[in-house]
Amino acid sequence: MSGRGRRITDEEINELVSRLQSLLPESRRRNMGRVSASKLLKETCSYIKSLHREVDDLSDRLSGLMVTVDSNSPQAEIIRSLLRS
Amino acid sequence: MDSKGSACSNPNPNPTFGPSKLMLAFRFLRALSIVHRTTPASSPTCRGRRIERAAYASMAYSAGTSRAWSRAVLRRLHHRARRRAVAPRRLSTTAGNRAEALRRLVPGGAGMDYCTLLEETADYTKCLSMQVELMQGIVDSASSNGR
Repeated sequence: MSGRGRRITDEEINELVSRLQSLLPESRRRNMGRVSASKLLKETCSYIKSLHREVDDLSDRLSGLMVTVDSNSPQAEIIRSLLRS
Repeated sequence: MDSKGSACSNPNPNPTFGPSKLMLAFRFLRALSIVHRTTPASSPTCRGRRIERAAYASMAYSAGTSRAWSRAVLRRLHHRARRRAVAPRRLSTTAGNRAEALRRLVPGGAGMDYCTLLEETADYTKCLSMQVELMQGIVDSASSNGR
């Protein structure tokens, strides 16, 4: 499935690239306006990297909370009931 | 699937979950409970890494096998005992190496043609931000009260 032989139009590429722009969070899009495809790809890479870091960080925080959450709290009961279903 | 804006731009503390977000939540919470049951309390780092793997696994299962990135994530997770965590692949010359950095970040990106890479990136980014939103929501509700 290498895509060789299928003619991809510039328009298709531009469409896909601008779709990536719409997926960026507001804070990253703010001063953008119309940017080059390569700038957009760079920004997307930076965004994906920050999301990976967030997953990493949130995993550690969840790990810490697992031991400290009061097992009698309403939150714990909600989670328990969700997990039972 | 909710297509209005990015998850990160919505400060709503109680986001309404569409059906796909709900499935993601159930899968992830179920995986969390398994990690909780099976990881000794004495190894928080190990637990953190297991939670991280659970995050990517539930993301990939929710996306299904129709996406190249989710198949790549599941392959990587199932083979992790035999491979290093990050194994850099040599870039295929037929695919060219446009958007090299992106290919390294999107699972399965190395062998894709440029067009597919852009499509997969969009889907992967959306799912990743949903997973982050979910995890943040759980952290917020677990730490807000009940102390």
